[in-house]
Amino acid sequence: MSLDLDALSIRSVNGTALFQPLTLHIPAGDVVTVMGPSGVGKSTLLDAIGGHLTHGFHLSGTVHLNGRDVTDLPAEARRIGLMFQDALLFPHLSVGDNLSFGLPANLRGRAPRRAAVEEALSQAGLAGLYERDPATLSGGQRARAALMRTLLADPAALLLDEPFSKLDAGLRDEMREFTFARVKSRAVPTLMVTHDPDDAAAAGGPVIALKGLMAP
Amino acid sequence: MSHDGRLLRTAVLVVVGLGLIAPIAIGLWQTGRAAFGILPALGQDMVSLGPWHELADLPGFATSLRLTLVTGIGSTLLSLVLATGFCATVHARMNTSAGARMLTPFLAIPHAAMAVGLAFVLAPSGWIARMIAPHAGWDRPPDIATVSDGWGLALTLGLMIKEVPFLLLVILSALSQIPVARHMAAGRALGYGRGIVWIKMIMPQVWPLIRLPVWVVLAYGLSVVDMAIILGPSNPPTLAVAVTRWFSDPDPLMILPASAGAILQAVIVGLAVAMLMVAEAAVKRLGRWWIRRGGRGSSAEPGLWAASALVMALMAVGALAMVSLVVWSMAWRWSFPQLLPESWSLNPWSSAQDGWMRALSNTLLLAGATVGLSLGLAIAWLEGEDRARRSRAPWAEALIYLPLLIPQIGFLYGLNVGFLQIGLSGGITAVIWAQALFVFPYVMIALSDPWRALDPRMIRAAAALGAGPGRRLWAVKLPVLIRPILTAAAIGVAVSVAQYLPTLFMGAGRIATLTTEAVTLSSGSDRRVTGVYATLQAGLPFAAYLAAFLIPAILHRNRRALSGASAT
Amino acid sequence: MKLSLVFALSLLATPALADWQQTLDAARGQTVYWNAWGGDARTNAFIAWVGEQTKAHYGVSVVQAKLSDTAEAVTRVISEKAAGQDEGGSVDLIWINGPNFLAMKEQGLLHGPFVADLPNARYLDLGPTSPASVDFTVTVDGMESPWRLARFVFSYDSARVAEPPRTMAGFVDWAAANPGRVTHPDPSNFMGATFLKQALIELTPDASALQQPVTDAAFDAATAPLWVWYDALRPNLWRGGETYPANESVQQQLLNDGELDIAMSFDPASTAAAIADGLLPDSARVFVPEDGSIGNISFVAIPYNAANAEGAEVVANFLLDPETQAHMQNIEVLGSFSVLDPARLDDAANTAFAALPTAPALPTLAELGPTLLEPHASWMTRLTEEWARRYVK
Repeated sequence: MSLDLDALSIRSVNGTALFQPLTLHIPAGDVVTVMGPSGVGKSTLLDAIGGHLTHGFHLSGTVHLNGRDVTDLPAEARRIGLMFQDALLFPHLSVGDNLSFGLPANLRGRAPRRAAVEEALSQAGLAGLYERDPATLSGGQRARAALMRTLLADPAALLLDEPFSKLDAGLRDEMREFTFARVKSRAVPTLMVTHDPDDAAAAGGPVIALKGLMAP
Repeated sequence: MSHDGRLLRTAVLVVVGLGLIAPIAIGLWQTGRAAFGILPALGQDMVSLGPWHELADLPGFATSLRLTLVTGIGSTLLSLVLATGFCATVHARMNTSAGARMLTPFLAIPHAAMAVGLAFVLAPSGWIARMIAPHAGWDRPPDIATVSDGWGLALTLGLMIKEVPFLLLVILSALSQIPVARHMAAGRALGYGRGIVWIKMIMPQVWPLIRLPVWVVLAYGLSVVDMAIILGPSNPPTLAVAVTRWFSDPDPLMILPASAGAILQAVIVGLAVAMLMVAEAAVKRLGRWWIRRGGRGSSAEPGLWAASALVMALMAVGALAMVSLVVWSMAWRWSFPQLLPESWSLNPWSSAQDGWMRALSNTLLLAGATVGLSLGLAIAWLEGEDRARRSRAPWAEALIYLPLLIPQIGFLYGLNVGFLQIGLSGGITAVIWAQALFVFPYVMIALSDPWRALDPRMIRAAAALGAGPGRRLWAVKLPVLIRPILTAAAIGVAVSVAQYLPTLFMGAGRIATLTTEAVTLSSGSDRRVTGVYATLQAGLPFAAYLAAFLIPAILHRNRRALSGASAT
Repeated sequence: MKLSLVFALSLLATPALADWQQTLDAARGQTVYWNAWGGDARTNAFIAWVGEQTKAHYGVSVVQAKLSDTAEAVTRVISEKAAGQDEGGSVDLIWINGPNFLAMKEQGLLHGPFVADLPNARYLDLGPTSPASVDFTVTVDGMESPWRLARFVFSYDSARVAEPPRTMAGFVDWAAANPGRVTHPDPSNFMGATFLKQALIELTPDASALQQPVTDAAFDAATAPLWVWYDALRPNLWRGGETYPANESVQQQLLNDGELDIAMSFDPASTAAAIADGLLPDSARVFVPEDGSIGNISFVAIPYNAANAEGAEVVANFLLDPETQAHMQNIEVLGSFSVLDPARLDDAANTAFAALPTAPALPTLAELGPTLLEPHASWMTRLTEEWARRYVK
């Protein structure tokens, strides 16, 4: 398993490229951290890889996942998980239903699906919270639920967009540990963008500085 | 990804083009032809300015024109000033969503029902006069024109009672996008009084956000028919009412000057909006000069309090009008100067039952169909934007407002001729279509902001979890947006219920709704039966608003983020 | 005996009546859209009753398209003609008379002649000068069928007014003594125009001139005294004559509210009916000017493109049935006087009319005095135009 970017670059509406073409190989279980000044297009890079680019941005280069070219696939067909600084649990679903939202459809039957979700909840220290309203969870609980939701979808790669920046300091370390442990055990290639050097240090993988072209 | 989006967007564009723009264009074209002398059915096929000369020579034309300008522009400017003043005074102390809920009855009640109630409250023999009568020693009502007065004051007041709450809502929602408290603190720290901070710092930011709604209010005020029939002067009436009457003159050739009047009505609205734009530019320059002078006068305070007091008074009169509808519908005899009916009876409800049941079911059918269509189209449009991942072009935004800015009378006659040519007039389909022209824009406007306010990352999260566009729409967006969707539907119901001219013109008088019946009955002798219809007419949109409030609260009762009072 | 029966049967088989059977057959299952002014609840209820009856007897349903002005229906037919819709029109039957009839007849917008085909037309006096043959001096020519009789009357509250004016001329002094307590509906409305016509007939030097189509010279000569009278009256009208009630219903409401002392109507029974409905005080009464008042007949007509013309004819015929007319004249139903010629009715029918209930505010035919003829329709148009020219500023 690996995530490969080949000469990936993004041009904005007025035709200028956001950063120098990026070529990157992320083996399974590795976390590559991309750092750079704000506004350089870190989030846009993740959008491009995940298939969420908004109208007006143009992509060149390719994204390969396990050797398969996914550049032209819609987001939902890429199997690339996405985590933000906010948990973004769906507010109309219970915690458990949030998790089962991403559960692959080929896992059939009410009981096995429920069991898979309950298992994930207890792994994340959320046992017994299946029916809870996500709005009533603490910040840490929410972050863990979001991660489990992403992992239950069985992603082939993971994108993390400043995943810990909104957590308070104590929780941040705990969440880093929790997240990276799971990435390692699942052996998914992971790309993280952040401007917190501690995130990069905790990830332990290579760090790439994204250089802007427009910056002086 | 984009194939799906493109198909949907093309479909939406075709529906909007054929369903929304084409009818208006055809209507204006047919009316325009008649205005310049082309009406083949009556053997008129020479282009001429004759209809315009005839129009100018019609008795009372100049007065009608003056009345239209005075009531339309006057009510809009006064409403704007009062609403602004009220917001400036109470905004800091007010819970916005609670305030919006208090405005709901005023927004829900159709103009015609409000007018029916006001006509009684304000009349020389009406409720206010009856309160004064014992103290003034009146045994018969004073001979003063307090409704249908020659200056259109009652009409102006009626329009203001409906428009001030609308503008309040619009301003409050604009204010929620501006850090008012911080601006206020900064301004006051620099030595400016509260009112002056509002005028110099906050209003310039609010105005671009409320400009279009103010245009809509202006266009409405200049071309209102139902309220003007009930509250406006009759001898002569405002231009829109006069044109409506000329269209139904026994002499069919009156259609020619009537069409010219209809086109003139559209031109007036265009000019008034242009004037507002010029005024805006002038105020901007003047204001800049004024702001640069740096005056710290705090003299706006008394004005603000006066505006708030006037707004409260308007609301009180409006509330009285609404209550009077219900009281009349349950009265038997209620003569001057009795404050309450001498005898009560539910007879008006039971004896007119067949009538109001039919009107009610027609109204429900029309509201259901138009709101369903409009909501479907609005969601398709917004979803199309999402799937194409682009925001709305300015021309598309303008398209949505078009039906609200062009006076109905300007194109309805022509549209009727157009509908007749394709064999569609006089039926429920034609009425649904014509009403949807006005329901769709409001539904679209109401839904656009909350739809866009939905966190796009949440939708991306759903996509990253493997949910395709369909599942993202049905399983995430629609359930999360249930409250704004139902609110938009309730607004749609209110707009549909209130439609008078489109129902009258397109229904060939066969489709009796609560509104057409209430307006017709308001020129009859039985205020009690009118009260029944107006009560129902006001009650229906109110019930829709209530449902829009209660359904999400029940549906999402265990979801704190969605069950609260605030939209989105 | 046998011979006479054969004779009678042969009469029944005359073409007209045989055609009627065809009309009945064609009409079965049709829904007739009757376009009628909808401002009067009792009339609306009567029309609904008519629909129930025709549905039961002939399979013809009636739906009332309620108008706020009859001209709306005329406009609708014109729009349909404008769009080339010469068949399947949306208007089947119109309650019409006067200028609207004249306009539709002149424009060729009417179906007919059809009145002679109606079996119940035998109860009508269709002589050339009979009120059923002449509508505002325009000959009917079988293009519209009568259904109710209208007489112009005033109503007043006898508890507040001891002595109402006795002539139209008397209104000037009465209004001067009671300023702001009397007015008339806007002359753009039928009733307002009738008030002016009533005064014109009384004040004009030669009333017979009004039966001819109007000319400029005749108009100036005939109306000069009217304007003198009106200029004297107007300052003391309600609201100083600056504004007028939209129609007689609004004026009746103003009478009920106590804002006015006098209202007017084209239906002598309307005051008694309004009292029964709680819409006027019990003390309300009717009066007519000493020299009589204008009377006319309300008709129904069928547009040339009506989708359900046969059904419309069946309804028109049903309206002329003696039982229908007696039901209509009942004060508890509508109270409108019958259009049938009593001389042509059989004893049973006449007895039914005589047995109808009465009410204190219901005038007798004798109290109503002589019927004055409507002027030619062109007078009304000129009169309201001239009024608007003079007084609408």
